[in-house]
Amino acid sequence: MAIVKTERHPELPPPVSQTGVIGWLRQNLFSNWWNTILTLVSLYVVWEAMSALIGYTIINANFAGTTREDCTGTGACWVFIKARFGQNMYGFYPEAERWRINVGYVLGAVGLFLVLSDVIKDKKWPAVFLFVVYPILCYFLFYGGFGLPKVETSEWGGLFLTLVLASVSIFVALPLGIVLALGRRSDMPVVRMVCVGFIELIRGVPLITVLFMASVMLPLFLPEGMNFDKLIRALVGMSLFSAAYMAEVIRGGLQAIPKGQMEAAKSLGLGYWQAMGLIILPQALKISIPAIVNTFIGLFKDTTLVIIIGLLDLLSVIKSGTTDKNWLGLATEGYVFVAAVFWVFCFGMSRYSIWLENKLHTGHKR
Amino acid sequence: MAVDALGRQGGDKVSLWRDPKARAVFFQILVITLFLAFVFYVGNNTVENLEKRGIASGFGFLSEPAGFGIGIVLLLDYNAQTSTHGDVLLIGIINTVVVSLSGIVLATIFGFVFGVLRLSKNWIVNKIAAVYIEVMRNIPLLVQLLFWYFAVLSVLPTVRDSIKIGENVAINNRGIYFPSVIPEAGFMVIVVALVVAIAGAVFLTRWAHKRQDKTGQAFPVFWSCVGLIIGLPVLAALVTGMPFSFETPNLGRFNISGGWVLEPEFLALWLGLSIYTGAFIAEIVRGGINSVSHGQTEAAHSLGIRPGLTMRLVILPQALRVIVPPLTSQYLNLTKNSSLATAIGYADLTAIFAGTTLNQTGQAIEVIAITMAFYLGISLLISMFMNWYNRRIALVER
Repeated sequence: MAIVKTERHPELPPPVSQTGVIGWLRQNLFSNWWNTILTLVSLYVVWEAMSALIGYTIINANFAGTTREDCTGTGACWVFIKARFGQNMYGFYPEAERWRINVGYVLGAVGLFLVLSDVIKDKKWPAVFLFVVYPILCYFLFYGGFGLPKVETSEWGGLFLTLVLASVSIFVALPLGIVLALGRRSDMPVVRMVCVGFIELIRGVPLITVLFMASVMLPLFLPEGMNFDKLIRALVGMSLFSAAYMAEVIRGGLQAIPKGQMEAAKSLGLGYWQAMGLIILPQALKISIPAIVNTFIGLFKDTTLVIIIGLLDLLSVIKSGTTDKNWLGLATEGYVFVAAVFWVFCFGMSRYSIWLENKLHTGHKR
Repeated sequence: MAVDALGRQGGDKVSLWRDPKARAVFFQILVITLFLAFVFYVGNNTVENLEKRGIASGFGFLSEPAGFGIGIVLLLDYNAQTSTHGDVLLIGIINTVVVSLSGIVLATIFGFVFGVLRLSKNWIVNKIAAVYIEVMRNIPLLVQLLFWYFAVLSVLPTVRDSIKIGENVAINNRGIYFPSVIPEAGFMVIVVALVVAIAGAVFLTRWAHKRQDKTGQAFPVFWSCVGLIIGLPVLAALVTGMPFSFETPNLGRFNISGGWVLEPEFLALWLGLSIYTGAFIAEIVRGGINSVSHGQTEAAHSLGIRPGLTMRLVILPQALRVIVPPLTSQYLNLTKNSSLATAIGYADLTAIFAGTTLNQTGQAIEVIAITMAFYLGISLLISMFMNWYNRRIALVER
């Protein structure tokens, strides 16, 4: 008697050990004995680190109170940050005037959101607002004028000063960087030499020496009586420094545009600036946006260096807080707080840059 | 009248302003004039300002006595009364070079270890590396340095209650203390033996490579080199009868004498620089290894090459081509970032020369110019070396 199955045998589900949670665990954590040891050791390390970290920052930490004496637990003393929160955020900006900074933040956030997100397709007016109207508005809002009392820049500080430093530097560095990058790729040897010289000189030295130069030597370079305040000097140094890095990033973008684009533009009768402005730069800037954001992250982190020439940015305010005799011994809390603030900003920007890269890649990504 | 290829007549010339060549010449002359005018204006103001403030110029200050103490002095003798600003410059340079080189070594180790871990198939190991990279990359270096210095190393116990590892190593808020080696007569023999051993190892490697190319026979290069470099000096020491002695750090009530010490300033800067730059290098390494197509691994495995050897002989050599150029710029960044030493009091060039010497002499232009020239020079040196290395490992095409 022959046994011939005529219907198809039903498909069996894959073994339990290869699907679902167990399969994933087996594949990713316990695939062989070496991997298992690695996993167990890592789990132990993570457990120890996380329990220490959470214990220190949350469970055993002190949140309530106003003075050093309120910190009785074994963990972090966040009272220190809370008690000096106004100073950490705004420096010595008069308390009655701090609403001006907040208004500036809100306007800036709205402008940034409109320009960076996809909500509005036509970005022309948001861009005009953010890059032309907003800076002028901020100048009067923060510094004073039109009936607002004047607040000297020596009173600016905290996170506010950090943000001012970063945004003004990028605002100046971007156009300057474009000019330098174009100059470096120019056919005119003299222009090229000047640009290469400037870029390589700046890129070859640390930011500190540039800041030293701006703060010590700028007064020597200018005629008697013409004197900028410390903030402007720091801004000049930081802007020139980041312009050199920006120039190299944009040069990379320019190099990626095929030569045919320029030739096509010229054969249509466009002049150099027309071709650059309408054909080459829009493409080059678009592909270098992620790198520009990365440069901006670097610039943002570098703003902390102004502590060395005596400006009161976030790090500087916290550092002077840790030497306050009422709050001695709280260096860890202070620096952890600064690190967390910078981390949130920089990590956010790097995620944005990755998102943008993926968005811009559509079409020509395999 | 001349007629060109398009049949236009050459007589009616374009106006000079519309001629690109003439315009380029004009524009360049303009740039030169503006540049010279700027230099002249700045120079003029500077000379005037210097005269008014009564600041001397020239490099004479380099041979004047410095008159201030320096925390960390290596190789040279330094005396606050007799040593000059020139000595300060030299000590600053040595300290900068020392911390940069040791930082580069440690950062490379961190970078390669975490870069490879980031590619691990083990999910949790992979994520640990990712957390290290993302956390350290996104926190300013200066914050990290201040954290290490003020929040970690400064709160270590005082000299009296030092943490002791074994008998002779002590950790306290003045640094990490090791026993030092005091050379006695005949110590040079050991040094010579070490140099000979290193030279021998280099020759052995070359010879083994040549022999393998010719005959296909492999030679255990690594272990024989290790044996040579450790064995020969030990042999020399035994033969000459141990011409050195150890001096252990002597813990006093408030102070420590004798022994070698790693100062907290150096440690903070070294660790901070290495951990920060290591995170960037890890990303570079990951990118480089990812850039080698998976087919290479499969091909190597199908030829019967073991996984470890595949990594070393097939993947890494190709990945290095992608890794080396950005690695160079990370090394340059580390060297430049070592100037942040000034914030935690490590006596590097920027801290003692562009800081203290500048304040004492007031000769900002000369001091800043020397400092910048040094950093520029060292940048050029590192990039020259790395370009040479890059050429050596680059793909040889037609």
